[in-house]
Amino acid sequence: MSFFLQQVVNALQLGSVYALIAVGYSMVYGVLMLFNFAHGDVFMVGAYLSFFISTGLLALGTMGVIALPSGVMLGLVLVLTLLIAMFLNSFVGMAVERIGYRPLREAPRASAAITGLMIGIILETGNLILLGAQRRKFSDDLISIGAQPFQLAGASITPKTIGIVLVSILLMLILHLFVRRSRWGMAMRAMAYDYVVVPLMGVPINTIALLTFGLGSALAAAGGISYGLAYIVLDPYMGVRFGWKSFVAAILGGRGSVLGVGLAGFLLGFIEIFVAAFLPSTLRDLIAFSIVLLILTFRPHGFFGEPYSAQLRL
Amino acid sequence: MGVRNTLKLWWSRLRGALAQAPLLGWLLGALLAVVVELLVGAPLAQGLGMSKIPALFGLTLMLENPALIPSAIAYVLLIYLLPVCLVAWLTTPLANRVAARLLRFPLGVSVVIHLALLYATLHLWSGVSLYRYDVLRYTLIAIMVTLSLNVVNGYMGEFSCSHPGFMALGAYTASVFTVVLFVQDNRFGPPLLPPALGPFTFPIALILGGLVAALSALLVAIPSFRTRGDYLAVISLAFMFIIKSLFENLEVVGGARGLGNQPDWATLPVVFLCTVACIWIINNFVRSTLGKAMNAVRDGELAADAMTVNTRQTKMVAFLFAAFWAGVAGGLLAHVTRYVNPGTFDLKKLAEVLAMVYFGGLNSVVGSVVGATTYNLLSESLRPLQDFKWIIIPVLLILVMVFRPTGLIAFKDFDIKTLLEPKGKR
Repeated sequence: MSFFLQQVVNALQLGSVYALIAVGYSMVYGVLMLFNFAHGDVFMVGAYLSFFISTGLLALGTMGVIALPSGVMLGLVLVLTLLIAMFLNSFVGMAVERIGYRPLREAPRASAAITGLMIGIILETGNLILLGAQRRKFSDDLISIGAQPFQLAGASITPKTIGIVLVSILLMLILHLFVRRSRWGMAMRAMAYDYVVVPLMGVPINTIALLTFGLGSALAAAGGISYGLAYIVLDPYMGVRFGWKSFVAAILGGRGSVLGVGLAGFLLGFIEIFVAAFLPSTLRDLIAFSIVLLILTFRPHGFFGEPYSAQLRL
Repeated sequence: MGVRNTLKLWWSRLRGALAQAPLLGWLLGALLAVVVELLVGAPLAQGLGMSKIPALFGLTLMLENPALIPSAIAYVLLIYLLPVCLVAWLTTPLANRVAARLLRFPLGVSVVIHLALLYATLHLWSGVSLYRYDVLRYTLIAIMVTLSLNVVNGYMGEFSCSHPGFMALGAYTASVFTVVLFVQDNRFGPPLLPPALGPFTFPIALILGGLVAALSALLVAIPSFRTRGDYLAVISLAFMFIIKSLFENLEVVGGARGLGNQPDWATLPVVFLCTVACIWIINNFVRSTLGKAMNAVRDGELAADAMTVNTRQTKMVAFLFAAFWAGVAGGLLAHVTRYVNPGTFDLKKLAEVLAMVYFGGLNSVVGSVVGATTYNLLSESLRPLQDFKWIIIPVLLILVMVFRPTGLIAFKDFDIKTLLEPKGKR
């Protein structure tokens, strides 16, 4: 039982990172009907951005620019890092839209997928060239925030894990409310519904597209921080490893449904962790993707997506 | 009349003269250029200050040592461009007459003669160094893969990501076949059949690899009945991950460490013949009724269905057919590198294959050939730039996509007869 609970906690932690990334894929897909294949690498950039921001803020702290007790200081750094990284990373996402997607909006959809892939490769390589192959991690002070485990029914749980899961759920809820309740969200949903007529109603599609990419990238940055705090090591290829799995989660969740995608992210986390827990861990990808294949074979539009015959524009 | 106008006049005259040359003339020119390189290439290269014959048209050399740019250009001009153009120009009347005469026989005769010339050229060119030999074989294999992916992505309009998986299946099947039967191996023990028999059964190994890949394509083809486009892309992606992970877990074939010790049977003639067969068969396929049915399914599945196109059969055939050729290409690749591991067939491979297809052009055989060749040459010659290579190639691709969203040479029919016909007015 305690083993089971432990795995549940691990799965929730992994799933929350997947979910945060997957939401970005799903939003772009829902609104523009395009895959943003650069999103995994935008997540990577977000993680590195937050690494630099947090390092810079901590350096300010040690130089005595900000004088606060160390506990408060660390908490403040974490929150500021989260906010600044989300803000900056949304511009990375917008740049991707502007460079790789806007010129291709009328082109075959697959071409836009290719530009996305290529921007992703550029981001990876750029990182490799600028920072070298050396692996980075957040400062030890930040990683050790809430890393002291407590026992619950035999499972050891860290406050950090709970924080990560809660923050990701909170962010997704906020986004869900934004999409469902605000005027901008309404415009986004309208665009997902009909791409041709909506501009005629005075909705600025370029702005909406930028907003979509920006929001998704902001959440990816939050995912990057969670990843850095939970799994420590940052490397240029983390975006590829995590991004493609989140992409699968995004499709599983259904088109443009924030909550559906969140659930699918957690589901993928659960599948992976439980396969690794009960079977040799090398089988993880095999079984996880086989389940995905089965689900999509019998439920081709994901959990929450409405059956929508995608009109290929080729 | 300034100098500029004179130059312009000469340029247009030159182009006019060269436009008259048929393919036969160009091939003769290429053959002569390669012979010239064999005879005087090395001394000329040394005379121009290069240590040896530049491997890939001097591109690598230019990047490694910018001081050598003029001599590399001079070398390419003198060895390749000048003989090719000269021969093509001088033999124009003769080559046109011969080409016309050849076309009076069945088309096959003419094709075989042209192919023989092409092969001779490639053989001599690649004989200069082992590096060229390898690059050429990889390029030919890449052409096969690109073409087979173009069948699904270009002609049928699905976004399939499963090709590395098909290649892996073909590679492993062919490797296991040859290694178990004909090679003394640590893992599989002594050969079961006399190794002398081996090269003759190599086609069987390749076809077997292709068939296994085609069989596995059912996994992607059957879901494609119910869903299209994006969800199918994910299904095929999942398929690719499954295959990769499967081989990582199959300790019988070496797991993640991979499988080596393949016999060296994928020589240039073998690879060349396979590529020619692939181009020929795929070209015939896409121009057949089934090929047109694929286009119909792409442009409107409902409409195609209403016009009595059997959409299920079409999708099934397209996927299986493409997977078969990807499997054959994978088998060849395994015997060129003489080592396979699951890591070869990952996302990077996928990005590469997709890049070649979309760079060259959708729905076009010529586009695929051009795309694969250009991409491979580019990626080899940019090697000295190391990491920057992976900035330049993506930027180029993005530019191509922005300005020509369907690729360089898209939606072109490839007709062998018009290609071989004599040019000019008669």
